[in-house]
Formats: sequence, C-alpha cells, structure tokens
Amino acid sequence: MLLVAAATVYVRRFDASYTMTDNELIWRIAGGSGDGIDSTSQNFTKALLRAGLHVFTHRHYPSRIRGGHTYVEVRARDRPVTSRGDGYNVLLSLGDSFARNPQEDAYYGDEEAKPLTENLDELREGGIIIYDSGLLDEADLPADFEERVEANDWHVYPVDLRAIAKEHGREVMRNTAGVGITAGLLGLDLSYFETLMRESMPDEIFEPNLAVLEDAHERVAGTDHDHDIELPENEHETEQVLLSGSNAITYGALDEGCRFIAGYPMTPWTEVFTLMNKHLPKFGGVAEQVEDEIAAATLAIGASHAGAKAMSGSSGGGFALMSEPLGLAEMTETPLVLIEAARAGLSTGMPTKPEQGDLEHVLYTSQGDSNRVVFAPANVEEAYTQTRKAFQIAYGYHIPVIVLYDQKLSGELRNVDAAFFDEEPAPDLGATLTEDEIAEAAHHASGKFQRFKHDVDDGVSPRSIPGQKGGRFLASGNEHTPEGHISEDPDNRVAQMNRRLQKMEAIRDDLDANSSHQTYHGDENATYGIMTYGSQQGTVEEAVDRLRAAGHDVKMLGVSDMMPYPEAEVRSFLESVEECLVVEMNSTEQFRGLTQKELGEFGPMLSSLLKYNGNPFEPAEIVEGFEATIDDTEFERETARFQPAAGD
Amino acid sequence: MSAFNAIGEEREIDQNEFTPDIEPQATWCPGCGDFGVLKALKGAATELGIDPEEILLVTGIGCSGKLSSYFESYGFHSIHGRSLPLARGAKLANPELTIIAAGGDGDGYGIGGNHFMHTARENHDMTYIVFNNEIFGLTKGQTSPTSPKGHESKTQLEGSAKDPLRPLSMSLSAGASYVARTAAVNPNQAKEIIVEAIEHDGFSHIDFLTQCPTWNKDAKQYVPYIDIQQSEEYDFDITDRREAADAMYETETALYDGKVLTGRYFTEENRNDYQTEKLERGSMPEQPVAEQYFDDDHEWKRSYELLDAHK
Repeated sequence: MLLVAAATVYVRRFDASYTMTDNELIWRIAGGSGDGIDSTSQNFTKALLRAGLHVFTHRHYPSRIRGGHTYVEVRARDRPVTSRGDGYNVLLSLGDSFARNPQEDAYYGDEEAKPLTENLDELREGGIIIYDSGLLDEADLPADFEERVEANDWHVYPVDLRAIAKEHGREVMRNTAGVGITAGLLGLDLSYFETLMRESMPDEIFEPNLAVLEDAHERVAGTDHDHDIELPENEHETEQVLLSGSNAITYGALDEGCRFIAGYPMTPWTEVFTLMNKHLPKFGGVAEQVEDEIAAATLAIGASHAGAKAMSGSSGGGFALMSEPLGLAEMTETPLVLIEAARAGLSTGMPTKPEQGDLEHVLYTSQGDSNRVVFAPANVEEAYTQTRKAFQIAYGYHIPVIVLYDQKLSGELRNVDAAFFDEEPAPDLGATLTEDEIAEAAHHASGKFQRFKHDVDDGVSPRSIPGQKGGRFLASGNEHTPEGHISEDPDNRVAQMNRRLQKMEAIRDDLDANSSHQTYHGDENATYGIMTYGSQQGTVEEAVDRLRAAGHDVKMLGVSDMMPYPEAEVRSFLESVEECLVVEMNSTEQFRGLTQKELGEFGPMLSSLLKYNGNPFEPAEIVEGFEATIDDTEFERETARFQPAAGD
Repeated sequence: MSAFNAIGEEREIDQNEFTPDIEPQATWCPGCGDFGVLKALKGAATELGIDPEEILLVTGIGCSGKLSSYFESYGFHSIHGRSLPLARGAKLANPELTIIAAGGDGDGYGIGGNHFMHTARENHDMTYIVFNNEIFGLTKGQTSPTSPKGHESKTQLEGSAKDPLRPLSMSLSAGASYVARTAAVNPNQAKEIIVEAIEHDGFSHIDFLTQCPTWNKDAKQYVPYIDIQQSEEYDFDITDRREAADAMYETETALYDGKVLTGRYFTEENRNDYQTEKLERGSMPEQPVAEQYFDDDHEWKRSYELLDAHK
C-alpha cells in the first residue's frame, strides 16, 4: 500500500516549527462541506475521550453548503489540551465529493483533490496520509507529491474507501471506512466507535456502518505498518464531558434563568441561537427568530423590561445593527445580555474564519459615552462562568453586558470535568422590587414610581416591572427625570450621568471582590510577560509551557474583563515584568491600544504579535514572537506580524 | 397570588387616572391632532376598565412619541421606528399585559416599516396606533412616506417624485387582523375604534389621521370626513379580504383628492394570535415567563440535565 517515492529533497515552509513536543495525536479529517466532516470528527473526538484521552478540536471550513476545502483537527494527549498544535500528524483525506470541476483546474483549483493537496504543508515529518483512492487516483496527485512524501518520511495509505462503503452499505459511509483505517493504523479499540454509532444511529444504518468499520479496520490492523506515531495513553479519574464554547454560553444562560432569546441567523452566532432555540421551550422559555438584528435586540429589551431574563446576540455585521438598541438599553437601564461572536471582518469579511477585530466595535459602538460591561471568555469553562456573571451584573446593576467571543471558541470542542457543571440555577431577577417593596419606595407627587432615582447606593435605582401595582414609570431613551420624564435640565443631566457612571465603578469593585476573570499562567516571578485576551489564551498557555521548558523566564496574563477594565490587575502584572508581548488576532492592536488607554503608560514595553489571515495562532508562532521580543531576532513567518515595542 | 396585581383587577376606572396630576404639560402645538389621540385613548381605556398599571404603552420618536409622557401608565418611549419590536418582546414575556404601541407615519411606515410588516404577519395581540399627519413634524416639516406626490419641502425642493405609501393596503397584505382608519377630528369614532382594536385578539392597526397645523394641514382640511360604515355610498364586507382591499385602495387615493374616508376596513376573527399559535406548538410556556421569577414553587431546570449528550 505504501507509495514508493523518488528521492529528492523538498524543503517545507515552516521547518523550524515542526518539532514534536510530546507524544500526541493530531488527526485531521479533510473533505468538502457536506461530506459529513463535522459529525465524523465529533464521534472520533468522543471515542478518544472515552478511551481516556484529553481532546481538543479545531475547525476550518468555508462559507459554503457544499464543497470547498474543509477540515477538522482532533488533538489528543495524555494531559489537558488547551490549543491546536503546530501542524498535525495524521491526515484522513476523503476527497471533495461535491467538487464542481473535478477534471479541470478551475478558478478555485482542482477541488476534488484539495482535501489532500491543501493539507500537505502542515503535515509533520513522519506523518500519515490516508486518502480515498476511490475518488483520487494517482493522476490527481500533485506532481511533486512523491518527492515530498520521500523528503518528509510520510507514510501514505491510499484506500478505496468508497468501495468498502459500497460493499456493505452506501457510498456516504466512506467516512466510517476512513475512521476504521485510522483506528487500524493507530491501534485504537473499535468498541468505542461501535458504541457511539449504536447510540446515534438507527439499526438499519448502524449495521452496515459497523460492517464498513470492521472491514476497513481489518484491512490494516494486522499489517506491518512502519510509521512511528503512537497513541498517547491515559485514564480519566473523573467523568468528562465534551463541549464547545457555544454549548457553555447556552448552559450559562439557562442556569442563570434566562428564558427569552431573540435573534437572526449569522455565522458563527447562529450556534448559540440554535442551541437556545432547542432548549428554551423545554425550560419554559421563549425563543424568537425575527426580521433583523435591530428587532432582535429590541425584542430582548422589551422582554427584559416586562420581567424576563433576556438575551440576544449576533456576529460583527448583525451586531452593528444592534448599536441602536444597545444604546437604548444603556439609557433606559434595561438589563440585557448580548452575545457577540466575532468573525473575520471588514464588512462580510471571512464569515467562517476567526478574528478578534470586533473589540473596539463592541466597546464603543452606539452614540454617547459607553455604559456597558464586556467580558471576553477564553475557553469553555470561562464561557460558562462569565455568561452567568453577565446575567448577574446585567440584572444586579441594570446595564447591558456583552459576552464577546469568536468563531474559534464558538465551535472548538474540549473535554471538561462533568462536575464543573453541577451547579444550581440562579433565576433571581436581581435588583427588582416586589409590590410590597414598591409601596415603600419613593414616588413622585404625580404617583409615578421613581425608577431613576438620584443618590442611590452604587448608582443602582430601584426597579419595577409593568403590571406591578404602584410601580408605573416611563422608560425613555431621552435624558430623563427620576420618574422617567424627558428632561434637559443641566443639574438632572449631570446627576443621572454620574449615577450611571457610578455603576461602572461599583461593578469593577464587585468583580475585584470575587474570583478574578483573569488567568495567570507560568512563574509568578518571571522577568517577561505575554498578555492576551479571549480565545487565544489556551494557545499562549501552551507557548508559555514550551518557552519555560526551553529555559525562558516567562508568564502569561489572559484578560477577560474588557470593560470595566481590570486596571489594578494588569498594572501589577506589567509592573512585574521587563517586557511584554501582546498576542491578538487583528491587525490594529486593539487590545494593546485598550490597555495603554486604560493604564496611560507601558507603551514602550509592549510588543505586539498579530495574526489576521483567518487561522488561529499555533503555539510555535507565539514562541517565535516571544523570542523576537526579548532577543530582537527577526520574526520570519508570513502568517503573523510582529510589531516591536516603541521602546525598542 | 400574582406578582402583578394591577393586571386583571376588577375595579371602577376613572378617566382621570390616565392623566398625570402634575407636569409634564403637553409640548404639542395648539390645534395638533395628537391631542385627539390622547383623548380617544384615555376614553377607550376607561370604557374598557383597564388599570393604568396593566398597560404598557410603547412609543417611538417624534411628536407622537410623546404620547407615553402624557398618558399615565407604564410607558416606554423607545427609538425611532422600534416601538413594535419592543412591544413584541414585552408581550411574549408577559402576555397578560395590555400592549399599545404608537408612533408617527415616518416612524411606522418609513424607518420601522420592516418591523411593521413582520409584527402584522405574526399577528401579536396588541394595538398599534400610527399618527398619520403626512409629514415629519418634530424635525420641522420634511416630506414623509405618506406625503402626497409633488409635496414640496426642504428635503424635496422640486416636489416629491414618489407616490405616497398605502398604509391600509400594506397592513392588510402583511397580515394585520384588524385594520381601521380614524381621524382626530372625529373623537367619538376614534374612541370606539380604539376600544375595538384593544378588544380584538390579534394585531390591530389604526391609521390615525392627525392634523399638523404647523407644518401641514389644519383640522379644517380633514372635514368633512365620511364614516365609511355609515355612508350609503360604500357597502362592503369588512371580513372579506378582497372587498376590504378595494375599499382601502379607494380610501388611500381619495385622501389626496381631499376626500377623507374613515372607519373599519378589515377584521379577521377566526385567526389565532401569535401567543396562542406558539402555545399550541409548545414553543410558549403556559405560565408567563415574567411570572416564573416571582413564583416560589416554580421548578427551575438546570443545564446539568443536558450533559448526557456530551459524554
């Protein structure tokens, strides 16, 4: 089965980065959209999890329903995994069965062969290639394929997956055949797959799939294959669950008693929206798909005003439409949680690719001074915890709270202790009065309730809900008096502005008094720092581990509170290091800019590592970015940009 | 016991309860048709015996948006064009509330046109009053979606080249289940129509002709008005969609010829409102969401119950 290749040397682009750090499997399944890559990879990930390994996935897909180059990477290790790796070591290339122009070199290239050809650059030395020879014959392979195989010591297994699938069932079962081959080559126990298939498939589908799996497995399991890739081994001591960031945000919202969502589909926000649509009716709530994002956020404001714990959300372009209702929620002090799932901009940008370019958009959009809270969780656990906190702050302080994440965190699966989610619900409406309390509260001489009373603790005025006796008031997007009437009186204006701003200070104190949303990694006394925010944190953590293993004196700060900014924590971190690299996925250093604005100093010691090509960082890029920071070495990669500190 | 005791309480309601005792004084110009809407609404709410605190009045921006300032109830003075989505959210959170939305013709037919269409098609149980004065008033007299063709203003110096929008026809085709036109110059009809609209189970749309003496026509220009139900010249079945459409078309055209036709145009009684439709599909809880938070016996599910799918 092994292809014999001619002996010529081929130099790969990123030689330096492809060092195997530990015994690990990074399995990449590639095909066309519609080829079932997602579901196959999810089952594969679960099988590895059930086999006792720690897992992490990375999704790469185009904005198309059919065809296009798509892959999912599943990384498995014997210890917790927080990031994609550098490259990968096993490729299952299905071939794009939906390719439009299989025979010619069309505008997008030979699409049928892409799931093989497009993935070769990142395959590590000694890696395995399994491809569907039923779809790709030798003529489809790139001219230099054999040279590269030889030069990189790749082990190639062309298998007619379609034929195996057809022999026992239908052609679409070739994914199962591919999994069987993978399992055979790596010595993975088939029972995990069998159980998973039985759980998810009706008998008439399950039986042929099992036959395909076993047949494919047998074809390679007994053979003498000479690759060196070994599965890591581990056993979980506690029960594990496999979740994405979108799952975690949904569960955080449900557990905090959120029972209303309104939205409009947009990638990648759609994941949270569809999950809420799935669960809310069974939880006694209401989910609404509406005409646009202006309506979506405004419905959520209406629902919250009428007494529901409510949320909405979108991605960049849809969130732009929410600028107007966001400002209304700020001015009327209507509790609201908005989710912003960022993707690569500008405008429609790259809809299915991650980027962290929406930070400033989320912080400052809408007219007037911002009066909102923004959290940027970094991983599944933080997504759950910070979504819960978002509702607590929104309803405790009558303010909109935005959970900012991105396409990367949205879809990546990761294993977490099941016990982490064993939490009680907290369906508390926060700072809201009962009718008895309203009767005791301040009213205007007209009988109107003083919903926006000046001079209150933490700036939080008492709140009533329509239908409550004695609680009537007017909410208005205009500046207003304590009972809500429109007013342009200068003294009232300043009192109301100051009261609303006072809530931000109270929220910062509240956040500081509880367990920090910020994450520290590495040696507390280290000389050098790396700062990041949101979804890149796990990758920075791995980079820090590698740097420390290589003798570097470095630590990480991952920031989640974007507004109000955790000034004291970040200041103390930056004061403790000599230089710091700021890692973010955008081109204009938005997070670094925010840090300098909030702290008013440290500019000369902050370097930036920026990536905006549509792919999340690999740990090795950050390792090299750090070396460029402290050693002034040339940063040579084309995938990311290094911006030295002004002080250098 | 309900957490919202203003709702459904049986008591005699005095019309003065809808009038704020103290300021604010209305900022509308003398002779403005908006006073007519306010008065008719107060009369209708009194007649129906609705407690001011079971009403949520959601308004947009413009002179009409100030309605919530001068009508004593729970109020939400929202954003230009957005009163309907806000009202929908509130209705879904607590269907027990009486929801009234209001705004001008620019607000409802221009910037909020998309929301108008979708609220009508969803058939939410609420009343939407559009103050139609055929002009932008608060921003000082610009051409609006219902201004006549040829209308001259500072934004249409050569006269508008656009045909005016047909609000009744649009409402009908979008899916409103009660459509009427009334006028500030006819307070009795206006009150009766608002009563019917609030009582109707579904989306009620009232195109309310409100004269703007400062920037457009004064009251005299809406007189004489013809009540289409009382005129022998017009005879159609308001439950018949085709006949209603013809009457609406004629009414809309006639307005610009100086003939003011008003009355009930369409009603559809055997159609579920949106909440009922959702309830029957199992996508709406029996107990209003807003009630759940105040109910000590409510059982709150938790996400932990969903974790099996992740193992």
